[in-house]
Amino acid sequence: MSNPVAAAVSVKRVAGALAVLALIAVPYTVKEVYYVNIASQILLYAVFALGLNVLVGYAGLVSLGHAGLFGVAAYALAYMLAAGAGHAIAIVTALVVSLAATAGFAALSLRATGISFIMITLALGEILWGLAYRWISITNGDNGISVTSRPAPFGLPLDSARSFYVATLIVYLIALAASAIFVRSPLGAALAGTRDQPRRMNALGYHVWMIRFWAFMFSGLLTSLAGILFVYYTQFISPQALALTASAEGLLMVISGGAGTLLGPAIGAALVVIVKNVVSAYVERWNFMLGAIFVAIVVFMPEGLVPGAVRLTRAAWRAATRQKSAAAAAGGKQ
Amino acid sequence: MSALVVRALSKSFGGLHVARRIDLRVEPGERRLIIGPNGAGKTTLFNLITGELAPDSGSIELFGRDITGMASRKRTHLGMARTYQIITLFPHDTIAHNVTLALLGLSPLRWNPLIALNRQRHLAAAAGAALERVGLDQIAGRRLAQTSYGERRRVEIAMALAQNPKVLLLDEPFAGLSIDERQDVRKLLAAIPRDVTIVMIEHDMDTALDLADRITLLHFGEVIVEGTRAEVVADPRTREVYLGE
Amino acid sequence: MTFWLLLTVNSVTFGGLLFLLSAGFSLIFGLMRIPNLTHGSMFMVGAYLGTTLLSGALGVTLNFWLAAVIAALEVAVLGALMERLLLRRLAGQQLAQVLVTLGVSFMIADLCLMGWGGDPISVATPPHFSGFVRVGSAVFPLYRLAVIMIAVIFAVALWLMLERTRLGAMIRAGVDDPQMARVVGIRVSQLFTIVFGLGAGLAGFAGMIGGPILSVYPGLDQDMLPLALVVVILGGTGSLIGSFVGSIIIGFIYNFGQALLPELAYFILFLPMVLVLVLRPQGLFGGQIL
Repeated sequence: MSNPVAAAVSVKRVAGALAVLALIAVPYTVKEVYYVNIASQILLYAVFALGLNVLVGYAGLVSLGHAGLFGVAAYALAYMLAAGAGHAIAIVTALVVSLAATAGFAALSLRATGISFIMITLALGEILWGLAYRWISITNGDNGISVTSRPAPFGLPLDSARSFYVATLIVYLIALAASAIFVRSPLGAALAGTRDQPRRMNALGYHVWMIRFWAFMFSGLLTSLAGILFVYYTQFISPQALALTASAEGLLMVISGGAGTLLGPAIGAALVVIVKNVVSAYVERWNFMLGAIFVAIVVFMPEGLVPGAVRLTRAAWRAATRQKSAAAAAGGKQ
Repeated sequence: MSALVVRALSKSFGGLHVARRIDLRVEPGERRLIIGPNGAGKTTLFNLITGELAPDSGSIELFGRDITGMASRKRTHLGMARTYQIITLFPHDTIAHNVTLALLGLSPLRWNPLIALNRQRHLAAAAGAALERVGLDQIAGRRLAQTSYGERRRVEIAMALAQNPKVLLLDEPFAGLSIDERQDVRKLLAAIPRDVTIVMIEHDMDTALDLADRITLLHFGEVIVEGTRAEVVADPRTREVYLGE
Repeated sequence: MTFWLLLTVNSVTFGGLLFLLSAGFSLIFGLMRIPNLTHGSMFMVGAYLGTTLLSGALGVTLNFWLAAVIAALEVAVLGALMERLLLRRLAGQQLAQVLVTLGVSFMIADLCLMGWGGDPISVATPPHFSGFVRVGSAVFPLYRLAVIMIAVIFAVALWLMLERTRLGAMIRAGVDDPQMARVVGIRVSQLFTIVFGLGAGLAGFAGMIGGPILSVYPGLDQDMLPLALVVVILGGTGSLIGSFVGSIIIGFIYNFGQALLPELAYFILFLPMVLVLVLRPQGLFGGQIL
């Protein structure tokens, strides 16, 4: 074995490049619009999951209220568009409003960690849901807000499923790259440190609260992007998108894919979206399946699918090489 | 100007007094040993000095500067470093990464979300140097979870030394080590230059005693005896504390 | 004037119902240190099971109260099984346990949808309590007053159980200091199963009792869980008095909020919870930090 680490790294790079190519090829190879739309959904939820993963996987803070932030961006966008604003202004406004909401969220919930953090974020998410549901003068309540158009960045319209998919893919890849850069940066390493040994980090000179706050803001940014994509995708926003179940599904995506990994969110998003849409055509009760999968993963494969698959692959690799050297030794003896 | 001055430091939890009007004055370059039976309040004293615990009354000065109300992380930036009795390192990361985190804590780079950490050559070099001082540079790339207890103790010390501290607080650096390992760490500590002031908590008298210039004996949160090695060893109160009334 | 009086009675009734729901939640949280996210589901299942029993599932049409008790027992068994088979496997990992309760709540919600369909089921008020009580010009539904009485009876019963029985002593010890409790010889894992079952059963009972007022519908679990959460945070985890006072307060905020400021109803409801979590994490009565 010449250099296993270098070999592994170049295998990863080739696999990564192939995956990106495959993703780009989707709208051109897949015929049915339905599946292209599923792919768009997966990617936009992957962005949502990437955002949540910054907190859950890298900061070690489990939020059960992130659908609330998703919803703030979505509602802000829908409201602006319905009021007649242009896409650029609407998107910028949505981002500003949502980041302000994120800062508030963070300021309130970062007073706690662990279970208390879960409960505060749950409560804050419920407040936002309640506002979406009841503040009818702004949100139109249960009827939701409809949006009639999609933007045309650089003059290219996104009305077709294919073109929207490409735009979503670009946003996802940017989000993925941003996450990768963040994770490998000093701030990212500091964040992971606060997850593993917060007391120690404090003693080492780090401002733990501030690090978590900025991570929260980054998480909010990605979540807002996902919310914006969502509104353009469905052309509609209703309070349902902020319900506790939506936050729970986001958590499921992060955890099933593998919290604290870069590819986990996309895998998890694919799992949940596919179960919700495709499987539900064949199996009646997809919520039950989602719940069951969630429970199974938490109990049997808590690290998630990506690390779990890595673990199993490594074990298989080791078993294979052991067999090989055992065979070689046996062959040598003869 | 003394390196570390503690004046009438007190702390109690309900009815339990863990620190009673503790006075301590450590001169620059001094090697001070803090001894006392279990529960004497030695680690608590350290927690008060580093700021992880807030005192009820009293004051703490670092090189003439009042740090009594100062946040823990700020004291680190003023040159205070500490190791822990119970090892609290980062198990999923390599030894090198553990030391890098200690270095990063003092660098403004720690706020940077854009550059790649593993490309920061100067940090890697400094981490390597720190590990070399404790003799662990050969296994710098090993994950902490796969190291021995003795090696982890040395990582703790490497992290503290990497911070180039002015005052180094060592909480039972020899705990759990084999006889050979104790000698290694002893040599390591003896080699630390005198521009670092060391305050050490230790139970193992054989190893720690001749490292110390002065000794402070604590019992039930109070300073019972303080003086040079000879003075403390000869003092009858020392025997009382260890053998009981 | 009558409007306010009626609103007040409704608030106290709702508070009583919330107490039945949250007492169990509070005990589970205090003892096992986890917010049981299936608690709303248990409430809902109890209501659904109760309606089935009422309509003669066992070949015999049951009395309302008997149906409520049997449903409660069934839900208690369900809760105990869940604790024994799933939560105990993750002993000590609170985060994982919370996530498991989340997943199970999804499963239960769908099973209920499968079993009872998507239409709301109204629950008939038990025959002897379907009348009204006249006080001056005000008319109060008798059932609502009955719910208040039931809540008070249960509050007293639970208090007696906690203060006077051995089981209660063990629970209190476990809430105060689980490690110490183990050292003293209390079988903490068995205690967990019992308390989880008890809490679930109480929630199931509350679901049936609440049936005539709230009816049963898909999504009832999602409506009730946050309320239990708010009550317990406000009142303090592991505190019975806290659950009682918290329930009454939330009962009032909920009803008056809906009546006076419907647009901000949820906001007013959760604001105290957020404030408490931020300012006084142990709640108004709880002794221990979450």
